[in-house]
Amino acid sequence: MTPPPDLILSGQASIDGAPLFAPLTLSLTAGQWTCLLGGSGVGKTTVLRLIAGLATGAEFTGEIRASDGLPVADRVAYMAQDDLLLPWATVAQNVALGARLRGERVDQDRRARLIARMGLQDHMAKKPSGLSGGQRQRVALARTLMEDKPIILLDEPFSALDARTRADMQDLAAEALQGRTVLLVTHDPAEAARLGQSIMVMTRHGLTPCQPPHAPVPRKVDDLETLETQGALLKLLREEVA
Amino acid sequence: MKMLSALAATLFALVLWQAIVTLTGLPKFILPGPAVVAETWWQNRWLIAEHTWITAVEVLIGLVCGTVLGVVTALQLANSRAARVLVQPMLVFTQALPVFALAPLLTLWLGYGLWSKVAMAVLIIYFPITSSFFDGLMRTPPGYLDLARTMQASPRSVLWHIRIPAALPSLASGMRLAAVYAPIGAVIGEWVGSSQGLGYLMLLANGRAKTDLMFAAMLTLGVFSILLHLAVRRATARMAGEAR
Repeated sequence: MTPPPDLILSGQASIDGAPLFAPLTLSLTAGQWTCLLGGSGVGKTTVLRLIAGLATGAEFTGEIRASDGLPVADRVAYMAQDDLLLPWATVAQNVALGARLRGERVDQDRRARLIARMGLQDHMAKKPSGLSGGQRQRVALARTLMEDKPIILLDEPFSALDARTRADMQDLAAEALQGRTVLLVTHDPAEAARLGQSIMVMTRHGLTPCQPPHAPVPRKVDDLETLETQGALLKLLREEVA
Repeated sequence: MKMLSALAATLFALVLWQAIVTLTGLPKFILPGPAVVAETWWQNRWLIAEHTWITAVEVLIGLVCGTVLGVVTALQLANSRAARVLVQPMLVFTQALPVFALAPLLTLWLGYGLWSKVAMAVLIIYFPITSSFFDGLMRTPPGYLDLARTMQASPRSVLWHIRIPAALPSLASGMRLAAVYAPIGAVIGEWVGSSQGLGYLMLLANGRAKTDLMFAAMLTLGVFSILLHLAVRRATARMAGEAR
């Protein structure tokens, strides 16, 4: 794995000539969590998919650049709201999917360590249908870590989970992905306030940076400053709609 | 419970059938009752078994060949845009043709024996197999493809590790359909030209006004088709994701 780089996306996107988002510049600091917060339809997922090199259906003019000048798209690991576990494959096979797809040898020890770290050692041979939503998302996190990429792109990975499981997953992810350049796209102000070392609110008019709380991530759910930030973020989001 | 309701439905059909025969007083050579058919079936059980065996062989070979051919075609179509543009319309058009019309031609080309019947069965099941598997291959959940892309998977590897396994349930439903169609294909082949098989036996019995034997052969074919369908259903349960 190369050391995690800074990332800069600058440009604008349109769909069939209608602007999706205005010209903007998004900088991700190396080794930090950046949260991109916004309502539905503002193009935050498009931003993430552009960085991942995935099809967006939008026309993008601008550039996506890493501070070390190396290509971006082949150094990302991607995690979505849907855990995207293959239903016919076991937990262990799902975790090693990347290596299998590339025809590489699977590092068995590393896989076993990661699965144990996610607390899934008793479920290695199970199919995803035998797991709970939280467990499935932990398998997806193990699969993401198995890729061992410097850039991690998270597209609302915890939004389908119940409140308790979501908080647990946030803690686990913050700890496991430490030191990588992480972009978390979310519509949840609480999540952005807990996890963002840098927080950007995305609206139709562009990006508004927001001062993150001082506590280190993952911040406590009842940390006063975190709750205040959460409130401020929600306010920003609501102003946008009005 | 399922067994019981199937039994009740069968019993009801038999009673209805017998009632129609008794009430109308139709002669045996127009419409024989179930009791007569059962008696004829028992008297001719070895004859019927012999012809069933012939038909079963045709159907099973047809099923295997048609499935292999359909799977290969679907993979080609899914893999190549050119194949889709050139072959797909042709495939749909052949479905609009009454393939039965080809049966005499098949006999002319492939002879009187086994292979003209196999070919007919293949012709009939080829399209359902191809189109169901092809649909499955083209409908891979887009999230899987995104994930595979971020993992730098080659198209070949995506096909093998993701698109094919994701399409297996569709293939399973195509094969289940094929199990019902294949016997019809084989029997049509036999009607046009043969000296053995259930289709031949039906035609022969019909020609000699042995309507009871015709019914016995026909019902045997029906039971065989249902058993084949159930067997294929069972065999494809894992593929369809039912046993997971």
